[in-house]
Amino acid sequence: MIQFVLMVNRQGQTRLSRYYQSVALNRRAALEADVVRCCLSRKKDQCSFVEYKDFKLVYRQYAALYIVVGVTDSENELSIYELVHNFVEVLDKYFSRVSELDIMFNLDRVHVILDEMIQNGHIVETNKSRILAPLSAIDKMADS
Amino acid sequence: MPAPIRLRELIRTIRTARTQAEEREMIQKECAAIRSSFREEDNTYRCRNVAKLLYMHMLGYPAHFGQLECLKLIASQKFTDKRIGYLGAMLLLDERQDVHLLMTNCIKNDLNHSTQYVQGLALCTLGCMGSSEMCRDLAGEVEKLLKTSNSYLRKKAALCAVHVIRKVPELMEMFLPATKNLLSEKNHGVLHTSVVLLTEMCERSPDMLAHFRKLVPQLVRILKNLIMSGYSPEHDVSGISDPFLQVRILRLLRILGKSDDDSSEAMNDILAQVATNTETSKNVGNAILYETVLTIMDIKSESGLRVLAINILGRFLLNNDKNIRYVALTSLLKTVQTDHNAVQRHRSTIVDCLKDLDVSIKRRAMELSFALVNGNNIRGMMKELLYFLDSCDPEFKADCASGVFLAAEKYAPSKRWHIDTIMRVLTTAGSYVRDDSVPNLIQLITNSVEMHAYTVQRLYKALLDDISQQPLVQVASWCIGEYGDLLVSGQCEEEEPIQDEVLDVLEGLLVSNLSTPVTRGYALTAIMKLSTRFSSVNRIKKVVSIYGSSIDVELQQRAVEYNALFKKYDHMRANPNPNIAVITIHASNSTEADMTDFVFQAAVPKTFQLQLLSPSSNVVPALNQGTVTQVIRVLNPQKQQLRMRIKLTYTLKGSAVQDLAEVNNFPPQSWQ
Repeated sequence: MIQFVLMVNRQGQTRLSRYYQSVALNRRAALEADVVRCCLSRKKDQCSFVEYKDFKLVYRQYAALYIVVGVTDSENELSIYELVHNFVEVLDKYFSRVSELDIMFNLDRVHVILDEMIQNGHIVETNKSRILAPLSAIDKMADS
Repeated sequence: MPAPIRLRELIRTIRTARTQAEEREMIQKECAAIRSSFREEDNTYRCRNVAKLLYMHMLGYPAHFGQLECLKLIASQKFTDKRIGYLGAMLLLDERQDVHLLMTNCIKNDLNHSTQYVQGLALCTLGCMGSSEMCRDLAGEVEKLLKTSNSYLRKKAALCAVHVIRKVPELMEMFLPATKNLLSEKNHGVLHTSVVLLTEMCERSPDMLAHFRKLVPQLVRILKNLIMSGYSPEHDVSGISDPFLQVRILRLLRILGKSDDDSSEAMNDILAQVATNTETSKNVGNAILYETVLTIMDIKSESGLRVLAINILGRFLLNNDKNIRYVALTSLLKTVQTDHNAVQRHRSTIVDCLKDLDVSIKRRAMELSFALVNGNNIRGMMKELLYFLDSCDPEFKADCASGVFLAAEKYAPSKRWHIDTIMRVLTTAGSYVRDDSVPNLIQLITNSVEMHAYTVQRLYKALLDDISQQPLVQVASWCIGEYGDLLVSGQCEEEEPIQDEVLDVLEGLLVSNLSTPVTRGYALTAIMKLSTRFSSVNRIKKVVSIYGSSIDVELQQRAVEYNALFKKYDHMRANPNPNIAVITIHASNSTEADMTDFVFQAAVPKTFQLQLLSPSSNVVPALNQGTVTQVIRVLNPQKQQLRMRIKLTYTLKGSAVQDLAEVNNFPPQSWQ
């Protein structure tokens, strides 16, 4: 199962963090810093899966943003790698060519999208239109 | 009071901060404003304030004072309020706060709300952080929603049920009826989460597992439809129809087919079909193939299918994508024990991966290579592994060295090769070998009587080149001390050292900054031993007496004792009693706990006399981290065959252990 999802930029600033396995609040900062350091130090020709403590990290880089997903040992890494890309495609569809600023200023909406995709550490929905349906409903309610 | 600023405004402001201190100041100011706004019980802006609080929480600042506000938001009627309230609850609250219990009633109401999105929120939040009490209270509602025809709610209810089962395993039975027609759903979201729910139930209860085996044909059908359906825009990812669902189904099949012949038989065909028909040009296809391979290896598949799986892994190894190579090596490592021969076929590709640039790939290739070494390929494999040892990163050297030692011990084609290999490891990675390799190596050399001359010459030469690698230096010193006579006796293949040169080298070790105290101990003992083998006894006496006043206590003790030998026992030097056999025992402990109060006792037949010198320690460290040595001197005037009864007593994990044994296989040299 998925333990956490993080979005961090190259300067190490967290843009999104979501934990599906309870991690004490005071340990989160240290964990995030550590994970980020791990991923930022990887070179281009190294694979996208890193062993970290007792779980695995699957990361992908999009421009200056790293999306890191922590998973348990039993998870299929290639599948999670695809899931990350799916997530980015959904964001792309909603924000029309998403950028780091979009994510920063619309954090609550990104959380809504993430919740529609991943719940409790497992995948709920991967179809882009179905994921974005509740958000369009909220947007309509907010406008009216 | 002016209206509280919006989240965007806050973010913009924080972005202008140039230092951490500035940022902290801004945050504190905003927190103060938010606190006073909360105190005023302002309903209109609560939502905005909590949103800002969540942002600041993400940056790492404390936000606990907003917990109660989240509850108020959840209780509100406005959807936008509820949304932020529930999000806040998921981010800020967990079971440890009492506050979360207050949510139970709100969630209960929202689970029955008229708007499906509100129901969805409640399900999501309950499934994320509901405590056992909450789950017990609300399980009935979740079960009801699991049977609804609304697919949006059904999929979320399924995952919520997973959480409920985790928290309160006894409730699993309750969800059984609802699972009956979950798999007949058309909606992929529901299918996916249903498979997750079924997987969770099967993993938790063997009864459930047996019960759900009858679903195998249905799962196979669903999988078949996915593969054969052709292009479906709703679920397509790079030309494959809903790969995530395919992967999940394959995983459930794996659990159902494990150790069950009938189920495994039923899924054989579909697995073969997926394995041969899936597109491998993109990552998606490979993800599915990976899962398929794992399933094939875990169930009771026929051998043809297993070979197919391993060949897929072999093809993965040749893929340009490093992710795929990594995944292949991981899987091969899991199967190498059970399908050894099939994996052997890909040995050369695996060995090539030792040269990969990625650390994780290199590590797996190394582990796999060691697993594949056998009597037939030992020479070739060892060449590659030693080359790897030369060039790899320091983090690998210890494990690689240990692996080489183990492999050499098991499959060495000749004693000379064995010693050469060990020497190669000591010279290239000498500072990384584990501590117990030194006594093990000494043992090995002692037992290879015919190699003594060759070994001591090579070790001496290695010492001349480099004295920085401590394990090498220690073994070399020991050998020179023991077999120094062979070094100067005219048996050398190359230029032969004279006694003084040898002593120069050993003395050099004693004074060098590179030598550790342990090494100095070895060197001093070696010098002492040479006093019975070399003729320059006076020189040795002088060296030993100098160290009698060394700061190093260990060295001092040795030097003082050796001095005593010179003084009191010199008369024995001329004709060391040929009737005395000196036996050294090495005791090591491979269990996980230390053995304390270790006592070795021995008894010999009447015609012998036994003298036990004191042991090096009475604690034998766990996991082969060290050895206890003890010297036994046996006087055997009648030159009879040496037999010994030994008794070991020690304390292991709090209980006393006693071991008795007879030793009858002393080599003839010890008593003839």
